[in-house]
Amino acid sequence: MTAKVQETAQKLQSFLDSLSWLDKTEVNIEFDFPEAVVDKSKIHALLQEIKENPSMGFTFLTTLCGIHFPSRTGQEFCVMYQLHNLYTNERIRFYSFTQEGNPTFATITDLWPAANWMEREAFDFYGIHFEGHPNLTRILNVEDMDYHPLRKEYRLEDDTRTDKDDTYFGR
Amino acid sequence: MSYLKDKGIEVAYKEISNLNTLNLGPTHPATHGIFQNVLTMNGEIIEDSVQTIGYIHRAFEKIAERRPYAQITVLTDRMNYCSSPINNFGWHMTVEKLIGCEVPKRAQYLRVIIMELARIADHIICDSVIAVDTGALTGFTYLFQWREKIYEIYEEICGARLTTNMGRVGGLERDFTKTAWTKLNAFLKGFPAVLEEFEQLVKRNRIFMDRTVNVGSISAQRALDYGFTGPNLRAAGVDYDVRVALPYSHYEDFSFSIPIGENGDTYDRFMVRLEEMKESLGIIRQAIDGLPEGPFHADVPDFYLPPKEDVYNKMEALIYHFKIVMGETDVPKGTVYHSVEGGNGELGFYLISDGGRSPYRLHFRRPCFIYYQAYPEMIKGSLLSDAILTMSSMNVIAGELDA
Repeated sequence: MTAKVQETAQKLQSFLDSLSWLDKTEVNIEFDFPEAVVDKSKIHALLQEIKENPSMGFTFLTTLCGIHFPSRTGQEFCVMYQLHNLYTNERIRFYSFTQEGNPTFATITDLWPAANWMEREAFDFYGIHFEGHPNLTRILNVEDMDYHPLRKEYRLEDDTRTDKDDTYFGR
Repeated sequence: MSYLKDKGIEVAYKEISNLNTLNLGPTHPATHGIFQNVLTMNGEIIEDSVQTIGYIHRAFEKIAERRPYAQITVLTDRMNYCSSPINNFGWHMTVEKLIGCEVPKRAQYLRVIIMELARIADHIICDSVIAVDTGALTGFTYLFQWREKIYEIYEEICGARLTTNMGRVGGLERDFTKTAWTKLNAFLKGFPAVLEEFEQLVKRNRIFMDRTVNVGSISAQRALDYGFTGPNLRAAGVDYDVRVALPYSHYEDFSFSIPIGENGDTYDRFMVRLEEMKESLGIIRQAIDGLPEGPFHADVPDFYLPPKEDVYNKMEALIYHFKIVMGETDVPKGTVYHSVEGGNGELGFYLISDGGRSPYRLHFRRPCFIYYQAYPEMIKGSLLSDAILTMSSMNVIAGELDA
């Protein structure tokens, strides 16, 4: 398993290095996943290349989700893309970051129709906009909701409670 | 299709007067769950449809950000509640991967037995409901008795029936009891004949075939584009199965075949599930035959609750019990993704741990949520009654869809 992951990581690394328009990108291995951080202006082109280039062939979008890192200045919002090559059984993961304010990424619904609802979910939860998305509306929450609930500033329990001290009960 | 999205349904309705808008759901008895479909009908033909989901959205991903790892298992129960043990074990395996815990082979095999039982239970529901939707209620009554027997086995293993909360991080909470083995053996003895009977009733039935063949079909390419996994993808002819592609829990020890369909239609989805039940029975038999002796849980005192009598009598056990229950266990930092073959397809857990007591971010890859978006495309141009069948054959589970 690990040898195969190493192999995939090397393959991905040499592929990323061969792309002249892409800045130097380092591939790390996190458990059984090679992963790389890609600039948000390049992520769409890269995913397209990874999907359509026959030497890579990651044609299956496993999942996509938003993540919020309020402590990382300038990189508050993140979108994670996870791809699968069904022929060689390899899986890879990409991250792309943007700053808060008006977090925007290019949509990948033109590459995978499956991304439609996943991007809507990321928009619903985090307020991440996907430029070019055919129907970027809330999907799980009610339409007139005026905030994005999975952002870290919205805490799960009532802030006014005094009987629970967070230092004893996690974050 | 796009004109609805651009202008909204009302506008389309006013402009084209021979189209009718039909609200199917949210609570419609034929949809087996809370789904709203706003259909634009031309007579009895569906011209377009818009789905509204989220009626039972419970924000599991948010709730999980405050719960200790052991308390997240109950959230996974409520996703695909037709096969909760698969979700439970999928979650445990994710945590085990994060903490680097090696689970003993016996526990893995016992998990396989339970997961395959859960798969059978899931497929029983889906297949018999497809038959019900075509008007064949008899087969449903035959099969559902055996789903009940599976739930009795669950009950014997963990005490619960539907939302099982089964197992622990590191293994199972207890070994199978004698009654559990008796019930399991009775199930393995009695179920194949009933399945066979059900198959005979339905498989070549003229009415059933007329209603299902070439209904709601999707090509393999479109299915992949839409992120289909599980029986729905295999019905379209792609042999992707997480159990084989990325084996977990020693699935590589068992020999079984992956049934695939050809047309990706309702009949193929029905047949794939029917054959998978037989394969699952085979896997359970192999797991019982090859079941090794040994402990039923790993030695991870930081995560695995000690037996109750030790908690009362031994200091270490009391400390560990307290740490686990209060969520004071140190969890390593890291990002893991683990996927299992759920009843509906690849059920994935994407977990970011920052070392705190609860996940920093937990994302569930829910197969239903991803493939249900293909539904408008699959029912476009078909009859309303076929749309109902297509939906039940896709096995869209509201709990998993909305998480």
